[in-house]
Amino acid sequence: MTDGALLTGTAGWLFVIFAALALGSAIAVVAARNPVHSALFLLLSFVIVAAIFILQQAEFVGAVQMLVYAGGIMVLFLFVVMLVNPGVTSVGKSFQKQFDVALVLLPVFLLPFLYILGTEKLPDVASRPDAFRMVGTKIAGNTEAVAWVLFRDYLVPFEVASVFLLVAMVGAVVLGRRSLEKMD
Amino acid sequence: MTITINHYLIVSFLLFAIGFAGVLVRRNFLTILMSVELMLNAVNLNLIAFSRRLSDLTGQVFSVFVITIAAGEAAIGLALTISYFRQRKTLDVDEARSLQG
Repeated sequence: MTDGALLTGTAGWLFVIFAALALGSAIAVVAARNPVHSALFLLLSFVIVAAIFILQQAEFVGAVQMLVYAGGIMVLFLFVVMLVNPGVTSVGKSFQKQFDVALVLLPVFLLPFLYILGTEKLPDVASRPDAFRMVGTKIAGNTEAVAWVLFRDYLVPFEVASVFLLVAMVGAVVLGRRSLEKMD
Repeated sequence: MTITINHYLIVSFLLFAIGFAGVLVRRNFLTILMSVELMLNAVNLNLIAFSRRLSDLTGQVFSVFVITIAAGEAAIGLALTISYFRQRKTLDVDEARSLQG
């Protein structure tokens, strides 16, 4: 852990397997022509990314990912897919042909990324194995530690997030209902 | 196999690129929304990896916020999908050429 290694041994190979599966299912999300298949591959991708979170000792975020993404958002997505039921479209109607734009954008994003990846040095931080479990001075669980930071240092953003969710809910209700004139 | 922060950055870059390509390339409104969710998830992966690398819990707290924003975005986006489908009887975003409702 001194030279910046995040995972070693079997955990490292597990990460490689999970990463390959996540990337494969992400490609399937974009490539699938049936939206139901896209949604199911997206669900698979979320579950695998949650597994990667848990490998990184972020158990609480992994659980939240499973509950909110896999449990909540994907159910919503599948409901809407079944509701509008667009069916399978042909390849010509599924994809746009923007290869010229893609060819310009690829180096624009890839080259700075590779440059920073090759040159940037992170500060050498002494690795503390219990950093994600410390509450004050004693060792507890990851959930307690996240709550400790969330409710002490980020209380205002937390409250703003609750207001944001209220606004999103009201907005979704207003957008989703039929207008009164059309119902008459 | 030793995994460093660079491996995480590459995986999350590829995930983000796939989501980005999905937004650009697909015509189906729903698939575009799913690609946006993929991009948000890639950002979360970065936050978690840096949180571990720097032994700082702030990254985990921020990824909880990102998940909150993703939930709100999905709700609004799906409501828009339904009202769009009611008007046009299709999900093809290329049909949305006019501002008139």
